[in-house]
Amino acid sequence: MKRLLAILPLLIVVVLIQLLCTWTGTQFYLTQMTMAAYYSLLIIGLCVLMGYAGQISLGHAGFFAIGGYLSAALTTRNLMPYRQEWLVRFLDAGGLLQSGKDMYGADLLVVWPWAAAIFAVLIAALVAVLIGIPVLKLKGHYLAMATLGFGIIIYRLVLATPWFGEADGISGVPPFELLPGLVVRGDVSGRVQNYYIAWGVLIFGLFLLLNLIHSRVGRALRAIHGSEDAADAMGVNISRFKLQTFVLSAVFAAIAGILLTHFNGGIGPSEAGVMKSVRYVAIVAVGGMAHLWGAMIMGVLLNFLSLRGVFGSYDDAVFGLILILIMLFAPNGILTLISRKKEQAPEPAASKDEEA
Amino acid sequence: MTTELFVQYLFAGITYGSIYAIVAIGFNIIYNTTGIINFAQGEFVMLGGMISVSLLPYMPLPLAIGLAVLITMVVGALIEIVFIRWLTSPSVLRMIIITIGISILTREAAVHIWGDNIRSLPYFAGNEITTIGVLGARISPQVLWVVGVCGVMVCTLHLFFKTTSVGREMRACAANRTAAILCGINPRNMVTLSFVLSAGMGALAGCVMSPITYTQYDIGTGLAIKGFTVAILGGLGNSGGAVAAGLLLGIIEAFSVSVVPLAFKDAISIAILLLILFVRPHGLFGSGEAARLKAF
Repeated sequence: MKRLLAILPLLIVVVLIQLLCTWTGTQFYLTQMTMAAYYSLLIIGLCVLMGYAGQISLGHAGFFAIGGYLSAALTTRNLMPYRQEWLVRFLDAGGLLQSGKDMYGADLLVVWPWAAAIFAVLIAALVAVLIGIPVLKLKGHYLAMATLGFGIIIYRLVLATPWFGEADGISGVPPFELLPGLVVRGDVSGRVQNYYIAWGVLIFGLFLLLNLIHSRVGRALRAIHGSEDAADAMGVNISRFKLQTFVLSAVFAAIAGILLTHFNGGIGPSEAGVMKSVRYVAIVAVGGMAHLWGAMIMGVLLNFLSLRGVFGSYDDAVFGLILILIMLFAPNGILTLISRKKEQAPEPAASKDEEA
Repeated sequence: MTTELFVQYLFAGITYGSIYAIVAIGFNIIYNTTGIINFAQGEFVMLGGMISVSLLPYMPLPLAIGLAVLITMVVGALIEIVFIRWLTSPSVLRMIIITIGISILTREAAVHIWGDNIRSLPYFAGNEITTIGVLGARISPQVLWVVGVCGVMVCTLHLFFKTTSVGREMRACAANRTAAILCGINPRNMVTLSFVLSAGMGALAGCVMSPITYTQYDIGTGLAIKGFTVAILGGLGNSGGAVAAGLLLGIIEAFSVSVVPLAFKDAISIAILLLILFVRPHGLFGSGEAARLKAF
């Protein structure tokens, strides 16, 4: 209940932003806010993995791409020529396919978005398990390089596979009807609705993770971050907890990829690039590693600025610089700099709050 | 596969393999003195190639290469002094992220200075179509340059570490930092020197490979990950192992092209990296018992 109350101000801010944009006629900002919210969904998942469980991942764009690409390919590639194959007939019988017409009026048979999304999430989770079991035994540099390698492999695969559109990516991804009337799509008429869908998903994800880190699991994760040997000695099953967190953050990344792909109507290989993964790590670091709220706020802010093109051609350089500056001067995030200043200032009221 | 084709692939593999070995030795030098992996290692190779191409219109080739190597060494020293020297006992995670940041900044600076064109130095001897016949295969004389320069570099480095007093001081720091301090060695200077050394080696490799493989602003990441694969394969910190592993990876990669599509070439070497990390993190030639003392 307490955590529900903490989310209330966020809800109010979200609604205020929408109203402000509508009143001032600047609703186009909402499109970038929607995209920023989906990226932030990935970032809060990564925050739990990096900040709480202490495991770096330089391959999270890979999971984003697995989600986005699978759901894009399944809902776009026409199955009409294969309709006599047993697998397609089986899917059709199960009601997992939907038919329609393409822009030239030809018959189209594609996978139902919900089925595609669930399949994509399952595959992402499966890959996370298969990769996670060996990778999470590694530490430090080895873990960083292994996850980086995983990210590059995914990037190379989508870039070299004709089914995933090679360098062009996949376009013409159909809208995703979450519930009757609730449709994830990119056109102007659905802008406000999609803003609320994205933020609804993000806030729900945040709520889940906040509950997780304040539970027994969260305490176990922090114990692992502190010292794996000590956590092991206290009876924490470290490999299981690390793997579960890895899979959880991969699922968050995949869901973000699926929804953003349907919102944008397409996905390209740059979404799987190494720089994307590095950017996510940078944002988690700026937010303060073990700080879900910080990660979410920075995720929305920096992604919004980047998507608005504020950084111009220095986009990647800005994130590189942010990474270095944060790690040199404030390895615990910007928010700690501010709160440390508060601690230094003699404020009796603040210390009383701490005691209470 | 005919003998000619086999020799052709073999030489292609040895060429790339020697470059990987040099990058891996660059990793090793810095790892030995600091215990960190410098993710910006591949950027030194890129800088060497880029700077020498830019200097070439103003001076003869050997001078341009020499100056490019010197400039890259200065860049290496600056990177260490500005970003790393003054940190007191930083965590591994922090160092990884800082060196990744350095690599991104270097790359972005390069793309803004030189653009995203592919550049290359002219061939050192002859031109693009000059070839030497070896067992029926035709190889470019530049291949001999690459292999020769890399070989000379490895030997010089070995002599430097074994015979000179500075080299011995660096090894002392790697072996036991505290004991080295007690002997009057300043470990911080040794760390700076290790960055200078590995920057210079990377830059020289970048210059000699430039006519064959070309230089672009973003070649660093790929080289870094392959160099790291080689460093791990040969046992981290073991330079002799790195040479053997470099040649091995280069040859595997060259022959893989005859089996799988070219687009998957990088994926193969990374798959080898993952496999090695999972199965033998102490490398093919490293000792498993010594590895247990390191933090994997």
